[in-house]
This record gives sequence, C-alpha cells and structure tokens, in this order.
Amino acid sequence: MDSTTRQFKDNARGALDDAQLQNALDKLGRGFPLKRLEAAARLPEFERLRDQAREIKNHVLDNLDFYLEAFEAKVEAAGGQVHWCADADAARRTIGEICKAAGAKTVTKSKSMIGEEIAINDYLENEGIEPIETDLGEYIIQLRREPPSHIIAPAIHLSMGQVEETFRESHADLDPDRALDEPRKLLEEARTRLRDRFLGADVGLTGANMLIAETGSNVLVTNEGNADLTYSLPRVHIVIASLEKIVPTLEDASTILRVLARSATGQEMSVYTTFCTGVRRPGDLDGPEEYHVVLLDNGRSKLLGTESHEMLRCIRCGACLNHCPVYRSVGGHAYGWVYSGPMGAVLIPGLIGMDEAAHLPNASTLCGRCEQVCPMRIPLPRMLRAWRHKLYESRRTGALGRWALEGWAWLARRPRLYRLIMGLGVAGLGMLGRRRGRFRRLPLAGGWTGGRDLPAPEGDTFIQQWHKGARGDASGERLRRRGR
Amino acid sequence: MTLPRDQILGRLKSALDRENRPPEAARARLRDRPAGLIPERGQGAPADRLALFAAEAERVEATVARIPGPAALPREVARYLAETNQPPALRAAQSLADVDWSSQPMLKVTGGTADGADNCSISRAFGGVAETGTLVFLSGPDNPTTLNFVPPTHIAVIRAADIAGDYEAVWARLRAEAGGGAYMPRTVNWVTGPSRTADIEQTLLLGAHGPQRLHIVILDDDATP
Ligand code: SF4
Repeated sequence: MDSTTRQFKDNARGALDDAQLQNALDKLGRGFPLKRLEAAARLPEFERLRDQAREIKNHVLDNLDFYLEAFEAKVEAAGGQVHWCADADAARRTIGEICKAAGAKTVTKSKSMIGEEIAINDYLENEGIEPIETDLGEYIIQLRREPPSHIIAPAIHLSMGQVEETFRESHADLDPDRALDEPRKLLEEARTRLRDRFLGADVGLTGANMLIAETGSNVLVTNEGNADLTYSLPRVHIVIASLEKIVPTLEDASTILRVLARSATGQEMSVYTTFCTGVRRPGDLDGPEEYHVVLLDNGRSKLLGTESHEMLRCIRCGACLNHCPVYRSVGGHAYGWVYSGPMGAVLIPGLIGMDEAAHLPNASTLCGRCEQVCPMRIPLPRMLRAWRHKLYESRRTGALGRWALEGWAWLARRPRLYRLIMGLGVAGLGMLGRRRGRFRRLPLAGGWTGGRDLPAPEGDTFIQQWHKGARGDASGERLRRRGR
Repeated sequence: MTLPRDQILGRLKSALDRENRPPEAARARLRDRPAGLIPERGQGAPADRLALFAAEAERVEATVARIPGPAALPREVARYLAETNQPPALRAAQSLADVDWSSQPMLKVTGGTADGADNCSISRAFGGVAETGTLVFLSGPDNPTTLNFVPPTHIAVIRAADIAGDYEAVWARLRAEAGGGAYMPRTVNWVTGPSRTADIEQTLLLGAHGPQRLHIVILDDDATP
C-alpha cells in the first residue's frame, strides 16, 4: 500500500473534524479497555503470564535462526514447503506463482496484516486472480477499497449506515428494496455472499498469529471462523508470516495465547484457535493438498539488536491502539499506512523509512499507557523517544523546532539563569492573565491555544514552591520528602 | 547468487553472533518443552473441573448438556434439535459411527464432509479445557475439520474423562497417544463458544462464518460411544 504518512497532520485534522469517526472512536475507547480490565481481573496470574510471554519472545529473538531452521524442517516433514522472501516484492511474486501453478482464479483470504503490508490484493488483481477477503470487517473495507483502520478491528471507523451503503452499491444484483437496517441483516447478507466464494475458491491465503518450531505448525486466531473455512476448503493453503512470528513449542504458544485475547478484546480465549500442520493426511476427507509458508523478512532481520529490537516481540493484539489517546482521537487512517497507534508509530519508520514517517514518533503524548497494557511489555514510549532522537540527529526536525530545542537546552544547563527567567515569565504571565485566569491566544503557543485555553499561572514556579513548601499545607514539604 | 534463505539466515546468524554462541538453550527447550505458568483456575478435583468447563463454555454462549452415557446420545440430540426448532437431520462424523441412532427414527443421520446445505453436524472432541471452556478437535478420516465450521449448528460430544484443566494437559495426552511418532494431525481446532463478530459498530453477533449455535454434550460414562 502507498502511504499517506507524510500527511499525518492533515489526516489528523480531517479525522478530528469527522463527527462520525469520533463517534466510532469513542465507542472503541469505552469498549475494549474495560473488557481487557475485566479479563485481567478474572485471572490472578495475568501479570506473571505477561512476564513469561515476554521471556519466551526474548529467548526466540536470541535464537531466531535456530528456530526458523527447525520450523522449516518440520514443515517439510509434514509435506509442506517454506519460501523465504527477503522483501515484499519477493513475497508477492512467490504467492502469485503458487496461485498460477494451482490454476487459481479466486483466492479466499483471512485477515493478515502481512498481507496488507505487502499489498497482496492489488498484486493478485493485476495478475488476473480475484482475492476475496472473508473476515467481515476486511470484506467491508475491501469493497470500499480502504486500508484497515485497526489491526484487529479493520472496519472500526465505519457506521452501520456506511456499511449498508457499501453493500447496496457492491451487491447490485440483490433486491434494491431489501431491508438492511440492522447489523444482523448486514451480517447475513455478507455471510450468504461469502458462502459460495469459500466453497469455490482454488487457494486459501491466511496469515499466522504464530509459527511453532516444534511441530512446523501455524496458529490462526479468529472469532468468526473465516480462517477455518479459508484453509480447509480450497486445495491449496498458503500461509504468509513474518520471521518473528515463531515460537518454540506448543507450551509456549499456549502461554502467549493466554495473554493475546485478553489483551486484545478482553475475551478469555478467542473462539477459534487453530493449529495447521502440513498437508491433508492419507484418508482425510478434507483439508488442503498443498501447504506453503511464505516467510517474510521485509526489514525485520535488520531490526535485531537495534533500538527497535523489542518491537519484534509484538503479537499484534491492538491493546496499545485501544489505550492510546492519540489513536483514540485520530483513528487508524491518519497514520497513513497499514499499522497505526503506538505500535505503528514505532514500526512504520523502520519499515518505510524515516522520511515518509517523520511525523509519527511525535504523534504521541508519551503518557505510557501503551507500555502499561502491552502483553509483551514492549517499551513503546522509550522507542518513540529513540526515534525522536534519531530524527533530531538526522536534522529532519524543522529549523524553528531545532532552534527552540537548542535554546531551551542551553538555558536548562544554566539553572540559575533558568530559574530567573522562568520566575519572571511565570510572574509576568500570571499578571497578564489575572483577570480571566486563562489565555485564549498567546504568541508562539498557537499549537496549544488553537484547540484549548492555556491556564494562567497562579503564583510561583514549581521550583519556588518546592523550596518554600508553599500553599500553607506543607504540600511542598511532602513533595520534597517524596522526591528523596 | 546467494539464495534468499541463506541471505536471511546469514544476516540473523551474524546479528546473533551465532559462531560464538551455540543455540544450546534453544535446543534444550525444543527437547524438554517446559510448561509455563499454569493458572490455578482449572486445577481443581475432577468434579470441579467439569463444573468449571461447563460454566466457562456457557459464559461464551455455548449450551451444555450432561448425559449418563453414549446410549442416551440420540435422545439428547433429538431433544435439542426439537427444542431449538431445527430440522431433525445430522451430518455425523465417523468417530460416532457406533452410536445406534435407531431409537430416534425421525433423525436423518448421514456421514461424510459438510456440503454447505447441512444445518447441523455432530463430531467428537478429543479433549476439553476447563480453564476457558474450550473444546479440542483433531482432524482425521473420522473427524473432518469442515464439520466443525460449515453447518450453522454444531453438536460436540465429549467424554467427561477427556476434560482436562489446561491446554498443556491436552498437548501431553496428544503426544502420549502417538507413542513417540508424529503427533500433530493436519488440523487441531480449539473451539471456545460459537462463532461471532463485532465488526459492525462493535455490535456482538453470533454466527459469523462458523456455527451460530454450539451444543456440547458431555458423556459422564467412561465407555466410548
Ligand atoms: S505493541 Fe504490544 S500492545 Fe501493541 S499490538 Fe504489539 S503486543 Fe499488542
């Protein structure tokens, strides 16, 4: 997919003005986080399981080569094939060739973020093969030719009315007077539509939530069951997965599964968790005759040992999006590429380059909620800061911003002068704003006052209060003690 | 020209300094397969485990019936279909071939894979996991995968003795029963409740692509049907 990440600021402004989108994001912010909390509260071991999940992935990253080779051997032993692909282009071509060799006209697909990353649908269409998304959300956005706006809930930005409109346009052969005024009716129409596609597809293309070295299996997690119809009905099953999806054993996969759904949707376990291994066995009545795993690097091997190393632990649960104040204000499309939210802001600059994605590391308040909820305990704020640092070092920050930062740094290294100037500034602002208690506009602070008022300072600077134990209630004294 | 495989592996090996750091810990992990932390929740006595399994399954909108043994299965199936207003027809897995359906002459029972027109299938679960009310199905000639997904109603039959506390216990049993040979069938399905989606305005709807109804029949008897 081509990115519009460069236009993050414009995208965000548009998103903030979109009442319908704001409504959807509001709902998201009230739904998933609460459910996650409830699920975590039901499982006393949840926090310790997070620690273990992190340790498993750390161990995997330390032994990535070993586990990938072990995985490959097991896939081959089960009658499958592993295709190593260095970049998106290689992966697209590999998938295209497998489809052509199978004489495929239609390919059913279950949701795969890697599929989005390499824009496989556009490629297949150009090759004359029809890709059919089967996850309900993905199906809707495929009809609308939109990218997903959330890694686990791709159509989260749409209202029911918009889905109805899309179905009326795309399913033009159906009775135009049919009622589509409830979610259930929309689901029924999509389900019926997709039934025949499932039964008639030549190839099923799925992603993988994990790959298991012990057995050569891929793991698929869905709630709808669409992935299961995707791999079990066609003659050929292609799995597309990136390198870091590997885990050592079935036990390790089970540990990670215990934190995945709880973090993602607040379910104890997703409805369908599937372990596919190789081709159909002698005597089996169903299942694919060919099994291909397209193993994609696309820049991941270069992240090992860098500041982004820990990002390779990500299991794409979406918790960091659900809890991010920036994501919840602007939605996924503003980020301009297939990933979004804190994980996107860390991942995208590494995958499509700093020039494209220069805005993203700044699209964060560094409030730290993402790290608090990340099941794999990925230090997202620290990594965002590392990107900011790099942007600054590489002189991609604007001249005015650099000048201001440098000026501030100069001042901050001279505490006496800093305090003097701050004291004067605070006193002056306090005096100016005495009457209304806030500023509606302030020179050089348009970014702040454009959307809200700046409260006028009401007394001393923080440091002055600290030293005085001000406010007469010894809060300064308390502050000081806590600071020690 | 180096193959992409060797290129990628080469890059990994040099980033990980593989020459000086043999992957001993990883080798041991694949050999010993240490289990992680197993939640307390599923670790009660068999009776508690069974009760937890049923409660967790019902929490995720499955229905659960307990019957004394395989002989009572046809009646339970007929009862369930009648009560939920469904036609008395079934696509049954070979794994239930020795159930004698003749006590319910109204029931039309056929074998094979699901064909898209079936309303209801019945298959056997290899195991259950009390922790989350999860069923575990193995694919094979006598238990085709499509039976678990294609028809809108799925009836799952499981022996009480096959309900374990945790996933790890089911993996251990799977390995043990293979007696040292390859133990993974083409497909292992964990099923926790009926299919659902919340993709339209986050409204929860059951029956997206998989079954809308999941009925679990627990056989208290140890005898195999
Ligand atoms: S970074 Fe963490 S919270 Fe975000 S998607 Fe990845 S695993 Fe989930």
